[in-house]
Amino acid sequence: MTGFFTLFYKELLRFWKVGFQTILAPMVSTLLYLLVFFHVLEAHVEVYPDIAYTHFLIPGLVMMAIIQNAFANSSSSMIQSKISGNIVFILLSPLSYHTIFLAYVLASVVRGILVGLGVYIVTWVFFDIPLQLPIWSIIFVLLGSGILAVLGLIAGIWADKFDQLAAFQNFIIMPLTFLSGVFYTIHSLPSGWQYLSHLNPFFYMIDGFRYGFLGVSDISPYISLLIVASCLMIISMLAIRMLRTGYKLRH
Amino acid sequence: MLPALEVQHVSKHFGQIHALADVSLSIYPGEFFALLGPNGAGKTTLINIIAGLSLADNGVVQVMGHDVLSDYQQARLNLGIVPQELVFDPFFTVREILLIQSGYYGLRNNGRWVDEIIERLDLSDKAHANMRALSGGMKRRVLVAQALVHKPPVIILDEPTAGVDVELRQTLWEFIKQLNRDGHTIVLTTHYLEEAETLCNRVAMLKQGRIVALDNTHNLIGQMTAGNSLRLRLSPDTLPEGLQDRLSKHEDGIHELRIDHYVHIESVLAALRAANIEIVEMHLQQPDLEDVFINIMKNNNLTK
Ligand SMILES: Nc1ncnc2c1ncn2[C@@H]1O[C@H](COP(=O)(O)OP(=O)(O)OP(=O)(O)O)[C@@H](O)[C@H]1O
Ligand SMILES: [Mg+2]
Repeated sequence: MTGFFTLFYKELLRFWKVGFQTILAPMVSTLLYLLVFFHVLEAHVEVYPDIAYTHFLIPGLVMMAIIQNAFANSSSSMIQSKISGNIVFILLSPLSYHTIFLAYVLASVVRGILVGLGVYIVTWVFFDIPLQLPIWSIIFVLLGSGILAVLGLIAGIWADKFDQLAAFQNFIIMPLTFLSGVFYTIHSLPSGWQYLSHLNPFFYMIDGFRYGFLGVSDISPYISLLIVASCLMIISMLAIRMLRTGYKLRH
Repeated sequence: MLPALEVQHVSKHFGQIHALADVSLSIYPGEFFALLGPNGAGKTTLINIIAGLSLADNGVVQVMGHDVLSDYQQARLNLGIVPQELVFDPFFTVREILLIQSGYYGLRNNGRWVDEIIERLDLSDKAHANMRALSGGMKRRVLVAQALVHKPPVIILDEPTAGVDVELRQTLWEFIKQLNRDGHTIVLTTHYLEEAETLCNRVAMLKQGRIVALDNTHNLIGQMTAGNSLRLRLSPDTLPEGLQDRLSKHEDGIHELRIDHYVHIESVLAALRAANIEIVEMHLQQPDLEDVFINIMKNNNLTK
């Protein structure tokens, strides 16, 4: 247990010591999104009857901030350690691969939540966003940030260089995030796009999270929960397997 | 006695390169062991396999009886590694790093030992400095400290004195010798052969991934037959006829004579006295580990 808590604590310190970049900066950029979209779309878009666009948008943006930062944390921590070589201190230690996995993922989940919470608190001052079924939101925050933290770990282990990591982020994570219904409901899309959106696991995270706020969603939250939890399980197994076999870490 | 470190038939290749070819080696508790070889011989590769940083193609490695693959946690608890590369975590101070490292080994309240290591490695002024602010030699000391936080019975140091100043080299070796006296098994690599000669009781020499010598330091040097030589400056600067067949070199007014046994010194002196030649300067040169090393490397030209 000491081993786990130490690595977890080290991973927390790692981003906390540069909190300006890792927490404040992403909060600011999320709030900028909010400002722009609110200004442009508030008057024109009705996503659900009787629900203001901001009430729809803000949970989406909060979730987007959470998952992006969960990904950013584990991926950058892993690739920095690999490239600077100090990953050896973890590899030389008796920490089990389950421990390494859990510490990296949970620290990244914490970062995601801190950013998301920060954004939520700031918006809460200006817009009164109801949180009707908080337990659903919490479940989806944990699962969604968990998925992205695991993906970040996988990407960080896989990438040999920073530009490979950037490619992973730009060609996989970003499109999946932006096409997941942060800014719109998929019911507003042509049916082909709706179908494609259903293949995007990020869509279920955001939809489920938003259900906790609004009490309405595109898809039953139980189905979203099933899909998101299965995704987390599958990619966790993949990441643990990579750590166990030493893929790209132990030559 | 159970070996502290057991390496059996270990091979490793990188593409076409055979970094290690069927290496077997047992190192016993309490030994001070040197792993020598030219650049690229495979020393670091072998250490990485022992540490679990690299996976062998085949063969078995055990640390204090624990297999490094199937029983990796116990194996690593028993092992402290000082890596050759100067790696560090730029987010932390020296003391933070050492406490974190202790935590990885399950040690929660390790402050006292950490402070002792800091002091023994002369890092007290830098204990609260960020790793980035340390010079190369200081970073290497921190690497040594990191390997010792869990007091491992087996300590492997991959070129611990590269880039370290003379004074620290002395302090470092004193500390390591102390650890060895306290029962820790020490394995080191170095390109300074006189360090290996004075410190280590046993030596393995690697060349192109094979062990080409494995013996007591003393035996290895003793094997150098015809290794002694007598260097003389004479007045007048001539060598009597009877000693010509001993002459191996005559340079800058120095005659270098081969001496297979010490008794031969006496006959050399007698011959000089008889010829009425005065000795201006005399120096007996004995073979050292460096001569052995050069000799062994030369005689093992197993090209690919
Ligand atoms: N990761 C790697 N990929 C490819 N080749 C490697 C790798 N690591 C080592 N090698 C090769 O394996 C051989 C042995 O290297 P190794 O680092 O073990 O040598 P060494 O004895 O430690 O040398 P030095 O004294 O320079 O540290 C070299 O030919 C090296 O180029
Ligand atoms: Mg080396």
